[in-house]
Amino acid sequence: MKARPVAGILLRQFYLIRGSPVRALPMFAWVAIDIVVWGFITRYLNSMSDGRFNYVPSLLGAVLLWDFFTRIMQGVSTAFLEDVWSKNFLNLFATPLTTPQYITGLVITSIGTSAVGLAVMLVLASSVFGLSFFSLGVMLIPFLLVLFSFGIALGILASALVLRLGPASEWLIWPMPALLSPFVGVFYPLSTLPQWMQAVARVLPPSYVFQGMRTLLAGQTLPPGDLLFGAALAALDIVLASYFFTRVFRYALRTGLLARYSAESVS
Amino acid sequence: MHAPPDHHRAPEFRAESAPSGPDVVLSVAELYKRYGEIAAVDRISFQVRRREVVGLLGPNGAGKTTTINMILGVLSPTTGRIHIAGIDLQRHRAAALAQANFSAVYAALPGNLTVEQNLRFFGLVYSVAGLGERVETLLENFDLLRLRNTKCGLLSSGEQTRVALAKAVLNRPRLLLLDEPTASLDPSAAQTIRTRIRELAVDGDCGILWTSHNMYEVEAVCDRVLFLSRGKILLEGDPRRLPAQHGAATLEELFIRLAREPLGDPVQGVP
Repeated sequence: MKARPVAGILLRQFYLIRGSPVRALPMFAWVAIDIVVWGFITRYLNSMSDGRFNYVPSLLGAVLLWDFFTRIMQGVSTAFLEDVWSKNFLNLFATPLTTPQYITGLVITSIGTSAVGLAVMLVLASSVFGLSFFSLGVMLIPFLLVLFSFGIALGILASALVLRLGPASEWLIWPMPALLSPFVGVFYPLSTLPQWMQAVARVLPPSYVFQGMRTLLAGQTLPPGDLLFGAALAALDIVLASYFFTRVFRYALRTGLLARYSAESVS
Repeated sequence: MHAPPDHHRAPEFRAESAPSGPDVVLSVAELYKRYGEIAAVDRISFQVRRREVVGLLGPNGAGKTTTINMILGVLSPTTGRIHIAGIDLQRHRAAALAQANFSAVYAALPGNLTVEQNLRFFGLVYSVAGLGERVETLLENFDLLRLRNTKCGLLSSGEQTRVALAKAVLNRPRLLLLDEPTASLDPSAAQTIRTRIRELAVDGDCGILWTSHNMYEVEAVCDRVLFLSRGKILLEGDPRRLPAQHGAATLEELFIRLAREPLGDPVQGVP
């Protein structure tokens, strides 16, 4: 894969973020607010439990991991939406840029923007609320990797949906993480869910992360197969989402949707 | 303007059956695009050679923009082949599109980037060698130096056209597609742009496919025109000779007559 077209996508996003506080601020503002709100909630819950249970790692840690996943997903889809908002498809896709180069550019953009959010969350959660990720040990890395991979997959899927359904469909993609959150057990064990929701949870990689996190915090041993299965699912989701994006792109080429994108449909 | 170095021409992508001749920068063969039961472009064939400006004329809805979109790779033909600089667009999309570029009044550059940022962004996407130097040259050539830090969305129509043209020649394309490049410009600005585009064809060593509804402009700039109506090429020739050859006083009169003729009814003098 040629690197320069990918660098072009990155440079464009860099220019946009550098020149616009309204783009830079959301990279860390909302996650910081989330950490502050949940930090105080955990303090309150800790005071109510008289020290019998420490809510900081289980609740605040879960919020941090979930926000990281959300930022990854939104990092990809927001970078894509920049081309929707500026009506840039014709200029962009009439170039030698390939679909894998474009998606790679979106993914690297998301890594950069969500890394800022992650750093802010880690500093705030540890310095202000005493969250120590050492309690999770080295398992924090695979947890983040699984969430990162699934966030990428969901971001690509969301971009494909906007490409297929038109600019107005962006409202569909913002609540996607919120729609998934009840199923993946961010704050509660999967056993709390009814059977049908547990079945859905089993095909969602974040379920394995949050279940694993609670297992570790309870001092139990994490079955290694569970997280590996979650990682494999996330990798598969990236492949499927990329395939879906490519199919939608070809559909857009065949039907003329790409050339008449503002019409939102070709019928 | 310099001719593109040979290594930019990707000879490895030349298909054996590609329309030959080093001078052919665009070859369209039996191009057909159907939307449902309607043929938007109906098996048209034509070529553009280097240093040639070819006008693609026709009434609204004739299929000009559909044709251009297919050449730009943003619309797949139902059938037919397109070769850009001898490279099959369907089989080697990226390599073929690296040899082309375009400017269209309906495809403004991102208004939230400055002139220089847009040129650098698209320069990387087109993998332009020596990009910094190339951008400086284009800023100077298109009289954009004082606007380099201005966001494109704040530019006047004429300035936006100049930026779009600068972007269109960034990669020293062998094929340049210009869809109504002077629409919305005042006569003086349009004349300046026409002169510049004509220079691009002669000095830049590329072929240009140009659409316009301004017949005066077409006569002034184009070496050859193709009249398109309801997806078919009805007429082809020298815009300065065609009117007389077909019993019309002017190119505009010929255009109006062709646009109003039901398809299949012969225009006077047209076989």
